[in-house]
Amino acid sequence: MWWPVFGLLALVLLNLILDPGFLKITLLDGRLYGLPVDIFNQGARGIVLALGMTLVIATGGVDLSVGSVMAVAGAVAAMVLVQGGGMLPAVSAAMAVALLAGAANGVLVARLGIQPIVATLILMVVGRGAAQLITGGEVIVIKSDAFAFIGNGTVLGLPFAPLLAVALLIVTHQFLRRTAAGLFIEAVGDNETAARFAGLAAGRVKGLVYVFAGFCAGLAGLMAAANIRAADSYRMGENMELDAIFAVVVGGTALTGGRFLLLGAFVGAVLLQTLTTTMYNLGVPPAVAPVPKAILILVVCLLQSDHARRWARGLINPKGGAR
Amino acid sequence: MTVSPRLRQAGPLFATGGIFLLLFVVAGLLYDGFFSTRVVVNLFSDNAVLGIVAVGMTLVIFTGGIDLSVGAVVGFTSIFTATLIHQGVSPLVAGAAAVGIGAALGAGMGLVIHAFGLPAFLITLAGMFLARGGAFWISTESTGITHPFYEALSRFEIVLGAMRWPATALAVVIVLLLGYVIAHYTRFGRNLLAVGGNENSAVLMGLPVGTTKVLAYTLNGALAAVAGLVATIYTGSGNPSTGIGLELDAIAVVVIGGTLLAGGRGHMVGTLLGLLVFGTIQTALLFDGRLSSWWIRIAVGLLLLGFILLQRVLRRSDAR
Repeated sequence: MWWPVFGLLALVLLNLILDPGFLKITLLDGRLYGLPVDIFNQGARGIVLALGMTLVIATGGVDLSVGSVMAVAGAVAAMVLVQGGGMLPAVSAAMAVALLAGAANGVLVARLGIQPIVATLILMVVGRGAAQLITGGEVIVIKSDAFAFIGNGTVLGLPFAPLLAVALLIVTHQFLRRTAAGLFIEAVGDNETAARFAGLAAGRVKGLVYVFAGFCAGLAGLMAAANIRAADSYRMGENMELDAIFAVVVGGTALTGGRFLLLGAFVGAVLLQTLTTTMYNLGVPPAVAPVPKAILILVVCLLQSDHARRWARGLINPKGGAR
Repeated sequence: MTVSPRLRQAGPLFATGGIFLLLFVVAGLLYDGFFSTRVVVNLFSDNAVLGIVAVGMTLVIFTGGIDLSVGAVVGFTSIFTATLIHQGVSPLVAGAAAVGIGAALGAGMGLVIHAFGLPAFLITLAGMFLARGGAFWISTESTGITHPFYEALSRFEIVLGAMRWPATALAVVIVLLLGYVIAHYTRFGRNLLAVGGNENSAVLMGLPVGTTKVLAYTLNGALAAVAGLVATIYTGSGNPSTGIGLELDAIAVVVIGGTLLAGGRGHMVGTLLGLLVFGTIQTALLFDGRLSSWWIRIAVGLLLLGFILLQRVLRRSDAR
């Protein structure tokens, strides 16, 4: 749990050494500006996706389709707005499609018992095509200011998108930990058979986490479209599923399922965005930025692996290490 | 319903083969000039990169693993060789170096996956970031290749009756044949399926599980690099963004070919048929001209869904 926080602090420290003004935030025209604000603004989508992904991974699954679902949701919202629909129809249509996509994943995994990677791979492939079909392969420009508020608006000077992401984190956390729902998810992820024998509707729990992931993907898609005021069905959400999985794993949730740390995923997503921003600041071309990300994934994986820990313990204490 | 084991094994193959024939005949009736030897050869030469990657992916999926890095390795190889040749290195040396790097990356990932018991898709994801980042590190722009050897290769063809097979089509046919022999006529191939079927049983049987897995990823990395070389021959240039999303197409081809993603069962002939189905859809869309490119994503996704559901049914009849 504390690893990602240390990682984040180390990264911020590195940035402060390179650029003492890194944490500077200024208030201009009733709106906050500064690199930390940028990180949260750009990281909001990743945070939202990571929340949904955390629960899916906690049940021992994974959802590869979230990036494509983002593109679909953005495309649907943009088309409704272009056709002259209002803000409410646009948002609700996009969210309805995203929920439907999540439900489709849920049925494939929970009801038909298909491996999560395979089941969600289908929608990952189809979704990208569907988004391009909806927009006719073009980038749809969004003119609605009300819609752009989702991505760029401010509330009391604070950016709206990160506020929404944090609100979702708090609501989800409270709901899962104040009720038995969180325990159910962990029980299913730990041992599905045992959970079912204990009287838990294991299939329903598994299905519902994919619906929630679909919801998060839809919301992230709206944020992404609103942020750039356009729906780009080719690039929107590209590789976002990988970033989301990565944020969850960095946050200390094991890919094998059985326990989850929502706050860890939040920190993981912020860490990832800070890393990206750091790369920009260092003048690393955006295309090369995946390299440090890859190294970070490897390090985190090895830190989490029992084999690696045992091996490292053996190095430090050769006699009694391997226990 | 009782299905004999032999038929159950061959069921998906027949299904894929049937779908391929159906698609090909329908497309041939719909579009003028579809029934030609040129279209058949193009099915191989236009999909040579995908086909070579899919052969390697089949071997990895046999073990129950997956490799997301192959598309990025294709991109890396493409720009790496082009840059080296541009600087005056012989194409043969550059190609050998690229295949060596691909194999080394595959071996590294296989070692980490096996030795530390980490999920394959996460480690190969890191490999993907590494290779793609490395490719853009070398150059962010495409580099043309002008070398007598490359010109000879791109002009090279073998005439078989009415068919003219270019080097790229020959490469994928040779790799498919090699893959077929490795997968179904060697001890290594049987070990791959045994490891994928049940790793614990394979260990108890005394099979070299670790070696088999690491070797599968190594071969796959090397094949991805070979695919990257074929891409440079096909386009006459190197581009760091070659092969983005290729890993998904390769996985789709393998699954459409009836290979179980859980590992332990499959056939290289299925991968060939899957490649032909994929190629036929793509060629038909090109011939039609009215249908946009995204229909291929949707069609492939729906085929994936169909085959996964079919596998589900077959596995259920297995359990009984």
